[in-house]
Formats: sequence, structure tokens, C-alpha cells
Amino acid sequence: MAAIELRNIVKVFSDKRRGRDLLTLDNINLDIEANDFVCLLGPSGCGKSTLLNIIAGFEHATSGRTLVDGKQVERPGSDRGVVFQQPTLMPWLTAIDNIAFHLKLKGVAKAERHQRAMEFIDLVGLRGFEHHHPSEMSGGMNQRVGIARALLMNPSVILMDEPFAALDAQTKLEMQEELVAIWQKRRCTIVFVTHSVDEALVLGNKIVVMTRRPGRIREAVNFDLPRPRDITSPEFNDAKRHILALIREESTRLAQAS
Amino acid sequence: MTSVTDVSPAKPAFRPMRAFQGLERLVVPALLIAGWEAFARSGMLPPALLPAPSAVLHALGDWVFGFDETTQTYSGHWLRDALASALRVFGGFALASALGILAGVAIGWSRLFEKTLEPTLQMLRPIPPVSWIPLAIIWFGIADKPAIFLVFLGAFFPVLMNSIHGVKTVDHNLVRAGAMMGANGRQMLTDIVLPAALPSIFAGLRIAVGSAWMLTVTAEMVAVKSGLGYVLWDSYYFLRYDIVLAAMISIGLLGYLSDLGLKAIMARTLRWQQTTTVQGRAG
Repeated sequence: MAAIELRNIVKVFSDKRRGRDLLTLDNINLDIEANDFVCLLGPSGCGKSTLLNIIAGFEHATSGRTLVDGKQVERPGSDRGVVFQQPTLMPWLTAIDNIAFHLKLKGVAKAERHQRAMEFIDLVGLRGFEHHHPSEMSGGMNQRVGIARALLMNPSVILMDEPFAALDAQTKLEMQEELVAIWQKRRCTIVFVTHSVDEALVLGNKIVVMTRRPGRIREAVNFDLPRPRDITSPEFNDAKRHILALIREESTRLAQAS
Repeated sequence: MTSVTDVSPAKPAFRPMRAFQGLERLVVPALLIAGWEAFARSGMLPPALLPAPSAVLHALGDWVFGFDETTQTYSGHWLRDALASALRVFGGFALASALGILAGVAIGWSRLFEKTLEPTLQMLRPIPPVSWIPLAIIWFGIADKPAIFLVFLGAFFPVLMNSIHGVKTVDHNLVRAGAMMGANGRQMLTDIVLPAALPSIFAGLRIAVGSAWMLTVTAEMVAVKSGLGYVLWDSYYFLRYDIVLAAMISIGLLGYLSDLGLKAIMARTLRWQQTTTVQGRAG
């Protein structure tokens, strides 16, 4: 059984201003295996974030079934950790309290909460900053808190919606390396939304290329280049060429159709 | 640290502001008072119509300490009068805060309350609190109660409006993050929405405490026989403008102190919020 099963997902948004419906996701079928690192790659507006939100339970598909660990997704829950595009931390809580927020909601005592959160503070390299508020930390540090917060819940899948998009190039590279290291260490299933071909190729072992609206799956590419990945190696470039060709094909097809 | 423009690094830079740290805020009031004193002493107006600051200070001093009975029956009774007003402010403000936050959060959070409760409240809001005075006197008589009722009316709506706004503008993603971490409905309200709305709620409380003082004084002029507002109005009948001004100063000072107290509570509660000014971070 796959960790995540998407069956005939269709999502239609009603666009009231234009007075018609907008088909955003058109019959998505996808199986994501446990411990996979899957990148959903596509241009902006292709519905990749909508698909992630449907798995997270923030949005409901118009039709189709979403199963996580064989259970139908009805609403958000701590079995699916989400890392948002913006860190989305509680600004009134310190780093450690943000990371341990899930435990607080479960009624765990403060001493134990902090003890358990410290492990994740260390994991994302924030020791010394555990008592800082989000306003006192950089964007990259806040996003680390966001990742640690998702990991602490020990979810079966982690859903990430372009979490590094707002970071500078250098911090982004660091965070990508660390995320891969964390994924290798903790063996979790990650679904990572991105519009960057390079980011998808650095991170994923399965890259799902989506088409422009309405979002369909163009091709799911398996990519098992060993890590750490050399982004100048011929294998990396071959894969990149293949994916770029898929995207280009798509744009030509669109240009011809119009 | 010396600045780049310093020619001789051996000599410490001249920093006029350092010697007068914090005194800059006194410049404008000092100039105003000096000008007023000069004008009052010039004799262009009879002293009974425009008492000099020194005369006002004298009246205030006697009202507070009772040293020479310049203020006649009020001599030495300032504390009693101020306390009477302050208690009305506190009573009305506390009631307005509690109900305003409760109703505001309910309306901001639940569509049901928004539909049932809000239209009525928004219709009552434009009615000036002072226009309730006749009814307040009929209902509550001449005492503390009509004043507290009026203060409540003046303080309730700012708290209500800001609480609604605070809850309604909570970052949608924080609510999503809470749901993702398994918050139930009650936790969503107490652990996410309420703390996120606190800055707005405090803004409402600060406006409300100002309204509370205004309405206490108004009520005391009409419907109560004690307090700073009563002294002010009573002195007006006896043409004692020095006491009128002393009462105005007392009200301003107490209002300022209430706001300062509220600000201190706010700074403690909202320590996570970095307050910044254009010129840099303020402590």
C-alpha cells in the first residue's frame, strides 16, 4: 500500500467574477510510496499547491479520493506535517514553544515539551536560539523552526509548499542540503512543491512534472542519482534536459493550440 | 565610538542630547506655560477670567494638600474627588472590557453571532453616549451607577470594534497551522486566535480608557455630586477658573497615567512584538 494514494482528483474553483468555473486539477492519479521524496514540479498556477492542500486536508477535491496510509483524508491532522511557504509560526511563542506547540495542544507538561523539542532544535541547528521569538530570527531560521515543528509530530508524511522560495540563494542551498540530510536520517515521506527544476532535481527521488492549467500529471520521473548530488554531473544534466524537454513540449503544444 | 565626520578623535564628540536625555519632551510644555504665565500677568485679561499657571498650581496645591484653603470647601479633598472619578472609570472600563472582548471575539469568530448580534450593536454604536444621560438618570438616579453606565457605553464600542477586527484579521495560515497540529475548536480560539488578536484588542482598550475618562467627567457634571467633573462644574458656577483649570489638569494627568499603566501591561503581554520607529528600534 502506498503512503499517499490520489485517485481521479478533480478540483474546480468557481470564479465568480468571470461567472464560470475554473478547472484547476484534471484527473490526477498518483501513488507516493513510503519514504519517497517526491517533488511536484510545475509552473505557477498549475494547481500543485492546491493538490498539496488537498492532501493536507485544507481543501477538498471536487471529486476523487485522497488516501493517506489507507485512510480517507477528511480534515487537517497531525499525521500530515505541513511546512508552509512562509514560516507561519505563532509570533507570540519562542522557537522552542513553536516547535512543541503540537505537544501543548495534546496537554503534555511544559518540562517534557521542552525536553522533546530540544532534540529537534538540535536537528535543525538552532541550539542557542530556542528562546528567541520569530521576529528576532531570520527567514531561514524561522523556516527551520517550521520544519522542526512538522518533524516533531512524527507525521507519516511531510508536505512542503515551496518552503525555500522566499530565501536567498545561499541559504536556500544550505537548507536543501540539510533537508536531504534530515530525510536520510529520519526516513520520512516528503511531498515537496516547487517551480524550480534544479530544486526538484537536487531534492527528489521522484519528480512529478505537472502541466499548466488545468493541472495534469505530464510524467512522473524516477531519479535515483546518489547523494550528495553533483549538479554538474552528466547524469544530473541528462535528467534536467529530459525534464526541460517535457516542459518545453508543453509550452509548444499550448502555443499551437492557441 | 566616534563618528566618521570627527576630525580630532582625541576630543569626545559634542553630544548636546546626552546632557538633556529625555528632556526634549519637556520643551513644548515649558514654552507653552511660560507664554501663558507672561500673557496672564500682562493684564490684558482680568485674572479671574484667565488665571496664571502659578495661580492654577496654587489652587491645585491647596486642593491636594489643603495648606491655605484657597479652594475653600475643596481644600485637601483632591484625593477623595480623584478616587471617586477613578473608581467610576475603573468600574465602567472593566465592565466594558470584559463584555466588549467577549462580544467582539464571539462576533469575529462565529458567523451566527455576527448575524444575530452585530446589527443591533452597530445600530447602537452611533448614538452618542451622552445622549443616554436622561435615561441613565431616570433608571439609575443621581449616583455612581449612571456614571458607570455612561463610561461603559463610551468604552464598550472601541473594545468591541477592535476585538472584532483583531479576530477577523488573524492570519488564515496560522489557523491552518493550528489545524495541522491538531487543535480542536476551543484550542483554536484560546491558543491561536485570541493571542493573535491581542494587539488589536489592546489598541481598543487604550482608546476605551480615554473615552472612559471623558465620560466620567461628563457624567459627573450632570448626574453625580462628586468627583473631578463635579468639582470642575461646581467651580464654574462660582467663577473659580483656577479650580476649573486645576480639575482639567488633574483629569489629563490621571488619564495619562491610566494609559501609561495600560501601556505597561501591554508591553509585558506583547513582549514578542518588536516595536519599531522609523528612526530605529525603541526599547
